[in-house]
Amino acid sequence: MIAPAQPTTDPAGNQEHPLRQGRHGSSKRVPLAILIPAACVGIAMLLPPAYLLIRGAEASNEAWDLLFRVQTLHLIGRTGLLILLVTAGSALLAVPIAWLTTQTNLPLRRTWAVLTALPLVVPTFVGGFLYVSALGPRGILQQALEPLGVDRLPEIYGLPGAFLVLTLLSYPYVLLTVRSAFQSLDPAFEESARTLGHGRMSAALRVTLPQLRPAITSGGLLVALYTLSDFGAVSLMRFPTFTWVIFQQYQTAFDRSIAAVLSLVLVCMALAIVLLDAYTRGRLRYYRVDAGPSRAPNVVSLGRWKWAAAIFLAAVVALALGIPAGVLLYWLVRGVLAGEPLLAFWSAAANSLAVSGAAALVSMACSAPIAAMVVRYPSKLARAIERLSFIGFALPGIVVALALVFFAVNYARPIYQTVWLLIFAYVVLFLPAALGATRSSLLKVSPDLEDAARGLGRTHTQTMRAVTLPLIAPGMLMGMSLVFLIAMKELPATLILGPLEFKTLATSIWSASSEAFFAQAAAPALVLIMLSSIPMAFLVTQEFTSPAASKSQSP
Amino acid sequence: MTDFAVQCTGLTKRFGSLKAVDEVDLTVRSGETLSIVGPSGSGKTTILRIIAGFETIDAGIVTLQGVPVSTSQTSIPPERRRVGLVFQEHALFPHKTVAENVSFGLHKMPAKDRRKRQEDVLDLVQLSHYAQRYPHELSGGERQRVALARSLAPKPSVLLLDEPFSGLDANLRLRIREEVKTILAASGATVIFVTHDQEGALFMGDTIAIIDKGKIEQTGAPQQVFHAPTTKFAARFLGTADFLHGTYQNGKVETEIGVFPASIEGSGECEVMTRPDDIDLAPSDDGPGTVVSRTFQGISNLYRVKLPSGAVLRAQRPHHESYAPGDRVDVRPSPHYTPRCFAADDGRLLQ
Repeated sequence: MIAPAQPTTDPAGNQEHPLRQGRHGSSKRVPLAILIPAACVGIAMLLPPAYLLIRGAEASNEAWDLLFRVQTLHLIGRTGLLILLVTAGSALLAVPIAWLTTQTNLPLRRTWAVLTALPLVVPTFVGGFLYVSALGPRGILQQALEPLGVDRLPEIYGLPGAFLVLTLLSYPYVLLTVRSAFQSLDPAFEESARTLGHGRMSAALRVTLPQLRPAITSGGLLVALYTLSDFGAVSLMRFPTFTWVIFQQYQTAFDRSIAAVLSLVLVCMALAIVLLDAYTRGRLRYYRVDAGPSRAPNVVSLGRWKWAAAIFLAAVVALALGIPAGVLLYWLVRGVLAGEPLLAFWSAAANSLAVSGAAALVSMACSAPIAAMVVRYPSKLARAIERLSFIGFALPGIVVALALVFFAVNYARPIYQTVWLLIFAYVVLFLPAALGATRSSLLKVSPDLEDAARGLGRTHTQTMRAVTLPLIAPGMLMGMSLVFLIAMKELPATLILGPLEFKTLATSIWSASSEAFFAQAAAPALVLIMLSSIPMAFLVTQEFTSPAASKSQSP
Repeated sequence: MTDFAVQCTGLTKRFGSLKAVDEVDLTVRSGETLSIVGPSGSGKTTILRIIAGFETIDAGIVTLQGVPVSTSQTSIPPERRRVGLVFQEHALFPHKTVAENVSFGLHKMPAKDRRKRQEDVLDLVQLSHYAQRYPHELSGGERQRVALARSLAPKPSVLLLDEPFSGLDANLRLRIREEVKTILAASGATVIFVTHDQEGALFMGDTIAIIDKGKIEQTGAPQQVFHAPTTKFAARFLGTADFLHGTYQNGKVETEIGVFPASIEGSGECEVMTRPDDIDLAPSDDGPGTVVSRTFQGISNLYRVKLPSGAVLRAQRPHHESYAPGDRVDVRPSPHYTPRCFAADDGRLLQ
């Protein structure tokens, strides 16, 4: 899962975009060429949760009995506790880092900013095995400490390990949102508080922090959903949360409706998180009410605290980036020395490229009619379809995969156990990311430009081709590469829906590492991480070339 | 002691090699309003931020009510200065209601007095009925008034306004300017008002200081500064001014449009200021001036007239006098005209 754009609702519930107001759009009727495909995509998105509901309703009494047994409550409690800890831990790590890298005179701020955001590129099932092999029993650290008489390290399996891996790999979601909130924060707010007689601390607590709250919660929402749907880290750390138990049930139990019922509970948890987020936003609007350029932040001089700050950041980078990178290198070298064939995963890589590429193309194609409808012909229907397409944002991959398995077994046998079903699952899961990119690039194209082309004698279609498409192409391309790369990293749906004997990079890493063949997993893991770094580089360079960032560099 | 609420002496602030503020002297008496006006980048906002305590200084001293608050060595933090600051974009806290915004600076008061003071200032700006609203639920003008009320609530020793009207559109600006002036007069506050808008500065200030490149060009009452500028920059910045080449000798100055008495000692070259309302035109086929353009301004027309030397003067004439571009005209100073002559090299007034 990756940060998708939220639906167009801003925190105040306003739906208007400057380019959408007035004479444009609302009075025009949607052409059927846009309406029909948009509606079809919307309905298709509804398929997994709807089918899950049907399946749950038909489930045997036994399955429902299981739900009300204490174990399920335990499961909910365990999963909830992990989400709470990971989200809180991420916020506690991210906010100070964001502050240090945007508001202070810390040396090498940009370098720190990039390094601290980088753990995002490590998939949790890769991070999971790297931490296990580093810190686990008879792991690298313990072996290194053996001569000193250390024969036991604190237990890593269970909650501590899952918490550690998920926090270290997902706190950048909060970091990125809070960093950009800090950068758009008008220093006038803090200065007003100061002239009104509040000291630095009081101003930070009463004025700055409340203004960061929306960024912290929206980053926290991503982390919470990411943790809820995570399968790799919790499996490798042997901490049985919902996703893992569902997977076990699906693979071992004869009665698959138990998995369906558990999935429904998982969906309810996801919904609860999304609703909680919407509720806390409330009626307030947290950005500046007046338009106008915001000044560059006032840089806080750290003085001697500079060293403490650098040590803190170095520790975070060492834990979140240094350990995984070092261990990966260790296994790579050991694999080569042991004669591990480095390119054995060639067919897996080809499979990954093919299904992810197809998913990217189909997602982009599906997002286009919806974006066109939402931006150019806003209506209640358009908003409803947009909401539907965001289903994949909250649904864990494993749930979508199970629902599609049930559906295909009963109604679509021919596509069961084919890559088409897998691609369908990817589209459901990643359409939000694709739609976010398409919509925001379309929003930047003023309808006036299209009207001007029409006024100069071009038809609707010609205008599309000559004006709109060239202008939105870069944004769509970026969205496509984003979908491509998150699809490469997807694990649970690929495990469940991939045809027999169909291996991708993700599944080969998983099967090697879940049986502790770490040397075998190292090479594909490295390829996957390097590929995931590409959109990350995009994100980071964009942040640094944005006007807000260049402003903060001037005196 | 004096009754100066604010006194700045020899204020100097460098940003690297740039002198943003260069030996500035300013004083404001209690209850008075000082307008600082200058082009953008002239250092006026920096002066405000120095007085508020957000910038340190390299030389000079700032005293508030006789107490030194900034020197090159020490600087009292903003929260202990009792200075009110109203920002261009108001900076109302978006997560607090109007009432909470206004009482934000009253945290050291007992709860009962706080409530009373908050109600009083909201009454002053006539927004008591909006106390429970949030800033985004107000119009631009209402936000302006809340921002004023918030800054006035803790009874600051001086209120600093940084371009408070520049975010408003032209019609609203005139109305709100008057409202703000009334509110400030009623509150009895001492005010420093910073703007690049000369008209706003003339309207708001009891005193005006014109600033350019970090230096004060001229300080004085609005009429005095407007009609008797002491530098070429001041003449040009407040109102419209044109300059003619002149030579002075024996108490007289000679220009293309006539010879005038002038109390300047010695002799030499100078530049003589004219304002559009100083110039009379008369139709004349062999007159020295040629009308270059006419701009219709409603009750009057503004003409650009070219003289034989190539100099162009602007003349404002009532609508019933009409010339077309290309017309030849006589160009004469109006009867009440007194020339102001500036040194050709540094733009200082010659006396």
